[in-house]
Amino acid sequence: MSALDIQYPESEEAIARIVVEAGKANRPIEVRGGGTRLDLGRPVQSASVLSVAKLSGITNYDPSELVMAARAGTPLAEIEAALAENNQMLTFEPMDHRPLLGAVGEPTIGGVFAGNVSGPRRISAGAARDNLLGVRFVNGSGEIVKSGGRVMKNVTGLDLVKLMAGSWGTLGVLSEVIFKVLPRPETAVTIAVSGLNDAEAAEAMAAALAMSVEVSGAAHLPESVIARFAGGSLKCGPATVLRLEGLIPSVEVRTGRLVAEMGRRGTVSVLDGDVSAGLWRDIRDVTPFADGSMKPVWRVSVAPSAGHQLVAALRLKTGVDAFYDWQGGLVWLRMESDPEAGLIRQYIKALGGGHATLVRADAATRASVAVFEPQPKPLEALARRIKDQFDPAGVLNPGRMTAGM
Amino acid sequence: MSELIAFLEPDRAILDRRPAIIADLAGLLPDSCLITDERELVPFDTDAFVSYRRMPLAVVLPETTAQVAAVLKYCNENSIPVIPRGAGTSLSGGAIPQEDAIVIGVSKLNRILEVDFSNRAAVVQAGVTNISISQAVDADGFFYAPDPSSQLACTIGGNIGMNSGGAHCLKYGVTTNNLLGVKMVMFDGSVVEIGGKALDAAGYDLLGLICGSEGQLGIVTEATVRLIAKPEGARPVLFGFESSVAAGACVTDIIGAGIIPVAIEFMDKPAIEICEAFAQAGYPMDVEALLIVEVEGSDAEMDAMLERIIEIARRHGVKTIRESQSATEAALIWKGRKSAFGATGRIADYICMDGTVPLGQLSHVLEKTSEIIDRYGLRVANVFHAGDGNMHPLILFDANDPDESMKAEMAGNDILKLCVDAGGCLTGEHGVGIEKRDLMRHQYSDADLAQQMRVRAAFDPKWILNPSKVFPLDGRNGSQPGNQSADDRTAA
Repeated sequence: MSALDIQYPESEEAIARIVVEAGKANRPIEVRGGGTRLDLGRPVQSASVLSVAKLSGITNYDPSELVMAARAGTPLAEIEAALAENNQMLTFEPMDHRPLLGAVGEPTIGGVFAGNVSGPRRISAGAARDNLLGVRFVNGSGEIVKSGGRVMKNVTGLDLVKLMAGSWGTLGVLSEVIFKVLPRPETAVTIAVSGLNDAEAAEAMAAALAMSVEVSGAAHLPESVIARFAGGSLKCGPATVLRLEGLIPSVEVRTGRLVAEMGRRGTVSVLDGDVSAGLWRDIRDVTPFADGSMKPVWRVSVAPSAGHQLVAALRLKTGVDAFYDWQGGLVWLRMESDPEAGLIRQYIKALGGGHATLVRADAATRASVAVFEPQPKPLEALARRIKDQFDPAGVLNPGRMTAGM
Repeated sequence: MSELIAFLEPDRAILDRRPAIIADLAGLLPDSCLITDERELVPFDTDAFVSYRRMPLAVVLPETTAQVAAVLKYCNENSIPVIPRGAGTSLSGGAIPQEDAIVIGVSKLNRILEVDFSNRAAVVQAGVTNISISQAVDADGFFYAPDPSSQLACTIGGNIGMNSGGAHCLKYGVTTNNLLGVKMVMFDGSVVEIGGKALDAAGYDLLGLICGSEGQLGIVTEATVRLIAKPEGARPVLFGFESSVAAGACVTDIIGAGIIPVAIEFMDKPAIEICEAFAQAGYPMDVEALLIVEVEGSDAEMDAMLERIIEIARRHGVKTIRESQSATEAALIWKGRKSAFGATGRIADYICMDGTVPLGQLSHVLEKTSEIIDRYGLRVANVFHAGDGNMHPLILFDANDPDESMKAEMAGNDILKLCVDAGGCLTGEHGVGIEKRDLMRHQYSDADLAQQMRVRAAFDPKWILNPSKVFPLDGRNGSQPGNQSADDRTAA
């Protein structure tokens, strides 16, 4: 992998030519956006790289339609700046993986959707895939394909849009994405409940989500990680944090109700402004584990009530630090040394199912441990058949998600 | 009578084997789950797209996933087409059978298996009706968000097949945004489980693909769906305008101002008249267009939001504003809207279009729709989900007049093409079925469709599942069984 051959196509047609050539030469290619998530996933076995970084620019944006279209290589920063100018945002809060992975470069909008990268607001506003309305891509045969469009509701044919989200460039090279945007909330506040253990926090979060107060973020930060959030401005001890957003009068009413309910469970404080915003950015970006090390970090998705049980079980067996997002259903684990893939996956299964992704580990580990959750046989066979229908020659990101696929 | 829309020609060999096939089915599931009598088959010969009818070979109504699997395995081995069916409320002909097909109905799979409030999820069988999920969790303060107009009857299995929406999906999304997992029987009778109570599933997004696949990828027998905490209160408000254009512009401005109500529904004058005559909902009769804007939350929250919406409506010269003062009044306002299709059906035959357009195109598309309708000498009532651009023109006609029936279908096709040309799509929530199948090339290139069909074949190599639907009959990959030609009742 020394002399990497990187190509920067500036059009869909150019992508298609590169893919066709690669197929003819039986020379697989690694597909990249800004390259900030290259170390997430299995190492791709290829000598050449296709980067969409120069296929860039917002192609359609009328703020009153709440929809934006952009070429895949458009920097996320450019998208967010254009949205901010119109007081809008990407509602799914895509995580920035750079701090955690120690990566450099500019995340692209194509990369965000290829990885279905979502953040805390996923519990109320959906994941990246829920906000992706349309795609254009080049499949492994070099054909230019579109699916979906620029309207909010669309059931016209099979939803290849969802399939492309989270396929990590293994089914096609995204060339353009069309996605939903939403107005920024007028205000956001965070209700922090101190002193709950993990199990009590899970109950508190479930209770908050059962109230009609529209919680848009629900995380639990155990004592071991608390100092590394919001610049250390939270009090000592564990904090269970709940975010409310919306029109000012509405948030005021809901804050009152939520504080009253949570006050029965622990000491409550209310954070707002930059402290609140910074806190959720840290949760989104997994800041406490962005420690410059290569200690294995897992992203585990389970039923919300199972998250703390998983962590409790793991703690009896191995060195692990953890915090919770998505009402407890998204668990971030940092392992002391061994990734313990078998143990983690065994426990997830025992707790009712879910999946674990090894988000950070050195390349040797990522080549030997299944980074993405191994699928049951019939589903893996189905995934292989699907991959074959997009990329029969196996040209695109071979092995990125699954060995030999 | 000749028909515009073709079906695959029935496979003579399958028809000839009917007695043997029925005998085989009788070995796979109890007699009470098998329907073969001609008269008893009649209710299954169409769905809510009643212009087209085909008698199926037989209907099975399994009581277990294992029975679904046994029948599907048998059909695959014998290359017999299968038509999955929920409650048969499809407006696009998604559940219309064909003579050589076996209908697998999920109506007996009607149990709610588990309600899990701490994980805000319900596990239900596919034949459970949409409304019964919300009813089951109502007392505990939750609901299931997608609410198609047919929610009293339609099943969750059908909702998944068509990725159903409803009036309230502006805020809460459609089925695909509220589905966490499925148990599904594959073409060969194998059973897979995808997703569960976690918010996302591993691997490729198969749930996203299955949702809206119109029964072509497998038969869902169980679903895990998201439950959402019910708002404290909800208040629909009526806004009457002098013109459709003003109402459309008001919608754009409400959304553009950063206010996302839970629903914004639009009705034009003919729709207002039809619905008011049926429901006596108190709709204003002296306006050209009506918006039903629903806000939710506590009283203080609703007041705050309404204040801003009213200010915007005033800028667009709103003529009437009527807030519902009680739960009864609110229910009545929605009754009028939700009975639009039924009320229309009382005065004429109709077909309902479902194109979706970008919000900025609403006024333009409404205007052009009128022109198209005038050109064919027909009448139209517009009632739709304005907040997300999902148009529902109801084209009125007399089904006993073959000429007018044909005109209605042609006008519908022209309107859908108009929606696509305006940057939209053929169908927002009703599905392609047979109704819009032959228009797919207007929206998609051959390469787009070929990619979709290859994915379909990855799930159903012999194309036995709902084979006449979604994809134009000509130009298929050639991987489906039987004959690609149209049957002889069909106009060329």
